[in-house]
Amino acid sequence: MEKILEVEELNVFYGVIHAIKDLSFYVGKGEIVTLIGANGAGKTTTLQTVTGLIPAKSGSVKYDGKNITKVPGHKLVSEGIAHVPEGRRIFADLTVYQNLMLGAYTRKDKNEIAANLEMIYKRFPRLAERKEQRAGTLSGGEQQMLAMGRALMSNPKMILLDEPSMGLSPIYVNEIFDIIKKINEDGVTVLLVEQNANKALSIADRAYVLETGKIVLEGKASELMENPQVKAAYLSE
Amino acid sequence: MASFFSYLINGISLGSIYAIIALGYTMVYGIAKMLNFAHGDIIMVGGFTVFIACSQMGLPPMVGVLLSVVVCTLLGVTIERIAYKPLRGASPLSVLITAIGVSYFLQNAALIIFGADTKSFRSVINIPPVSFMNGQVNISGETMVTIAACIVIMITLTLFINKTKAGQAMLAVSEDKGAATLMGINVNKTIAVTFAIGSALAAIAGVLLCSAYPVLSSTTGAMPGIKAFVAAVFGGIGSIPGAMIGGILLGVIENFAKAYISSQLSDAIVFGVLILVLLIKPTGIMGKVIQEKV
Repeated sequence: MEKILEVEELNVFYGVIHAIKDLSFYVGKGEIVTLIGANGAGKTTTLQTVTGLIPAKSGSVKYDGKNITKVPGHKLVSEGIAHVPEGRRIFADLTVYQNLMLGAYTRKDKNEIAANLEMIYKRFPRLAERKEQRAGTLSGGEQQMLAMGRALMSNPKMILLDEPSMGLSPIYVNEIFDIIKKINEDGVTVLLVEQNANKALSIADRAYVLETGKIVLEGKASELMENPQVKAAYLSE
Repeated sequence: MASFFSYLINGISLGSIYAIIALGYTMVYGIAKMLNFAHGDIIMVGGFTVFIACSQMGLPPMVGVLLSVVVCTLLGVTIERIAYKPLRGASPLSVLITAIGVSYFLQNAALIIFGADTKSFRSVINIPPVSFMNGQVNISGETMVTIAACIVIMITLTLFINKTKAGQAMLAVSEDKGAATLMGINVNKTIAVTFAIGSALAAIAGVLLCSAYPVLSSTTGAMPGIKAFVAAVFGGIGSIPGAMIGGILLGVIENFAKAYISSQLSDAIVFGVLILVLLIKPTGIMGKVIQEKV
């Protein structure tokens, strides 16, 4: 399988705290790969390092064959990487429409952007209904949809999702995971970070289990779901 | 009644200058989250540029004004690059002290270059005054141009922010730098653009100020700078309409205080009003309540 993202021997520090230790993993083109693990395992840090928000101490991140370890974060969007951050981080004072258009910030073609916007409105009808509304007034689930819609406005090849189900009601959680599957079926590679391991493993092709900045287990999602260690630590409901 | 109108219109004119300066303060604060106390001194540099270009080199007024905008824009961007950019992520106090340092640097550099004597500035505005109410109310050309400039700047800036990509990027950066980066926005470039716009506005304010009050020295920008800062806080720092409303209100209050109460106490009254507003509404007139989310 062709690898779209390849992380090798990554080390990240917060001051003296060694947050990510010799982390290596890859994501194949068209896959859904999930990183699961407890709070503080380093999942968010990993995504933030991939998209250049946090500098790596050592190691490399390769995307589409290119070394992007030192590429500043704002340049990665036009390379085709979209990152939906933890906590959604929508622009609360701006309207839904303005948020979506900021997602297309690096794109030039007005017709393509308009077509993409129509597609987003079709996929998230609630965003279409609320397009003139201030984004801060949306419910948590709607904000998550906006954050995902905004990321998709850059027409990415790969999307990084950080805890998309956090703080959402079960109905929304199911909806969000359905949407992730659909986005993937449209040909977008997905790297998903989740605490809801059950849900994440149910839609993923492969998974990595993180513990205190290290990968302790990896494999097919379907196999990890049956793994007694994983079951005991992450799947106990 | 006639004198009331004169005071009001002159107050609006003075307030328009404060508003134009306050826009620079408020935009830089909104986007870089820092108080650029050197902003007032950019006004002085703008004034001196016009003084040299027009009074000493004999260039036409419009050329002088354009030159002043260019010089101030470059100066603002350079200051940001050299003094503030290295401090990105440093404590706000370090940035504040640096800004005060830059302010003193500019004032003293001007003192060395231009000397300590006050220069008399020749107005760049050649529009005859207009009379109303049978000649009881006279409005000078400077007053009219200042108010008109303020309106044009306000409309242009609002359109720029709401209708252009660069404007939307500014709003995004002001709300969340990290999320803006994830949209592909170059945060450092956006901050530099903000400084450029703020400094260009300071140049225009400098020309208008020196035309209306035709004296020029190294500390010319200091007091209007502080008052414009007050206006920005008064209107709600970070808010563009707030800076406009705050600036104009401040100018009107100052002029009325001078006319009806005491010209010596006018500044005390202006700052007193600020304290009062902040006691009643700590975020300023148009300021939004900041919700800290956990």
